[in-house]
Amino acid sequence: MEYGVNERGYYGQFGGAFIPEMLYPNVEELREKYLTIIQEEGFQEEMQDLLRDYVGRPTPLYLAKRLSEKYNTKIYLKREDLNHTGAHKINNTVGQILLAKRLGKTRIIAETGAGQHGVATATVCALAGLECIVYMGKIDTERQRPNVEKMRLLGATVVPVTSGSQTLKDATNEAIRDWINHPEDTHYIIGSVVGPHPYPDMVARFQSVISEEIRKQLMEKEGRELPDYVVACVGGGSNAAGAFYHFLDEPSVQLVAVEAAGLGVNSGHSAATSILGKTGIIHGSKTLLMQTEDGQITEPYSISAGLDYPGVGPQHAHLAQTGRARFIAITDAEAMEALKELSRLEGIIPAIETSHALAALKELNAGPDKVVVINLSGRGDKDLNTILTYFEQQDGQQ
Amino acid sequence: MANNRLTRLFQEKKGNLLNVYFTAGFPKLEDTVTILEELEASGADLVEIGMPFSDPLADGPTIQASNQVALENGMSVKKLFQQLAGVREKVTVPIILMGYLNPVLQYGFERFCEEAARVGVDGLILPDLPFAEYEEEYKPVLEKYGLSLIFLITPQTAENRIRQIDALTDSFIYMVSSASTTGGAVQTGDAQQAYFSKVRGMGLKNPLLIGFGIGDKPSFELACQSANGAIIGSAFIKALQQPGELRENVRGFLQSIK
Repeated sequence: MEYGVNERGYYGQFGGAFIPEMLYPNVEELREKYLTIIQEEGFQEEMQDLLRDYVGRPTPLYLAKRLSEKYNTKIYLKREDLNHTGAHKINNTVGQILLAKRLGKTRIIAETGAGQHGVATATVCALAGLECIVYMGKIDTERQRPNVEKMRLLGATVVPVTSGSQTLKDATNEAIRDWINHPEDTHYIIGSVVGPHPYPDMVARFQSVISEEIRKQLMEKEGRELPDYVVACVGGGSNAAGAFYHFLDEPSVQLVAVEAAGLGVNSGHSAATSILGKTGIIHGSKTLLMQTEDGQITEPYSISAGLDYPGVGPQHAHLAQTGRARFIAITDAEAMEALKELSRLEGIIPAIETSHALAALKELNAGPDKVVVINLSGRGDKDLNTILTYFEQQDGQQ
Repeated sequence: MANNRLTRLFQEKKGNLLNVYFTAGFPKLEDTVTILEELEASGADLVEIGMPFSDPLADGPTIQASNQVALENGMSVKKLFQQLAGVREKVTVPIILMGYLNPVLQYGFERFCEEAARVGVDGLILPDLPFAEYEEEYKPVLEKYGLSLIFLITPQTAENRIRQIDALTDSFIYMVSSASTTGGAVQTGDAQQAYFSKVRGMGLKNPLLIGFGIGDKPSFELACQSANGAIIGSAFIKALQQPGELRENVRGFLQSIK
């Protein structure tokens, strides 16, 4: 695969495993075993059963008629919001928890931004009967409170992280430190296609069920497996990696990755990594990274807690650099308008993260005979507070 | 092969070596050279200067906080080289720069090595630089400028990997005392002793310094029984934050160890 990972963990010049020696044994153990384990028949059976009966897969591919009319093209929504726990994140945690059990791990750690990955991890830990510790930036625990309560109800320990910007990047640092301090019994379930090899590849494989289903479902609905466009939002990029996976080597399919521009790409309050980032190293991987001239990692900003990450998965960095995927940056305001639009046109309240992908529709100009698939990565229930506050302020200003 | 103050030190002195870590630009931006001078005067055998990074993964809260303060003070790689210019007229102690790879890469790896050699640095610790990348890309550059690269090992490092590390480096091996970030308590259990004696029994060509969790005289002496010396970081950073005059704090701390 031209856009897949090589045996050293690289996608073009991005990827690798830039980790301190303290993490080497953990990461090496994973690297040596992940492909063998996840390809075992028994593993696949157990995972497929759980994806079907517990997660609720396959998720529907829904033809959004009113949205299609508005944009004068054929728009399908891949309904990852209908997964158990409300987002695509569970596809990966189901896979990783089965892997962790086969590795003999008894303790699970995770980082979370919006809380969706934290909830998905807490859920599969409850399912597997394993201890679960979730690191979450203190600011995120405040803006995503319902998810914090859910994790606690599921039996997880949520640790609010007060270092740095108190958001996703710092939660990730703390989780990595925890892993350094517990090298033998602990598996770290990373929630996106970031981190040292093999994480980006492993997470993409677990999320690739999305594009696998899209191909089958499009065949049934349209008599062809390939859409013209696949659109997905990108923070770290796991939902996009899953939605793109089986289309990477299909040059007729335009891949569109949508980043959070925050208050504007050049406002100083943005998370548009592919535009603002330079090649650097974050959380064990070489990728595009928002940083100062001196190589200090800068604080990203987005209204969506799930997209304000200063890096991006190494595969996405490669897709951006080679031009295989088109990267679009969408502001908070554009995303919130798209959120309102989908709610009113289709009766679906999307997550703020996902709304960035929806807002890219107005830039596609796809045309009436085209098929556009948007990965509806998650639902907006968790964001209600943010949504209400945002629109109240908007109304106040008008 | 590097032939510098570091390699010479280990030829001359075999035991009880004290390596002290501190963060450049901490507690005040211009303290770097003062601390360095006082460390030499107070008997440190080698000195490790930390280049602050916004996201120091392998460090505990004490060093992380010192990194943050140093960055807020305005410390950068560029600033550090300015401070170290001419330092060899003042001190002879071997100097190691420790830091994460990203700021070094942004500065430019070769430019970094060239500057480091020019101001009289002897070795580097870049804990997130992997082997394969080191051998392919970076080793020739380090050798060109006579800099040693120091690798870490932990109780989880496999024997064959320790041997690979021993073959790759030519100054010393940084033996992390236990599976932890910096600043924890040193472990003194059987597992640790077994790890120390296993490594000591391997007949490695490089000397060993034990770090992580060394912070006082008993832990320093214990480490010296199992290795050629030890590295103190977090405990020294804490000492620098005590009220009182900086040089006296440095001197007082070293007197409490040696």
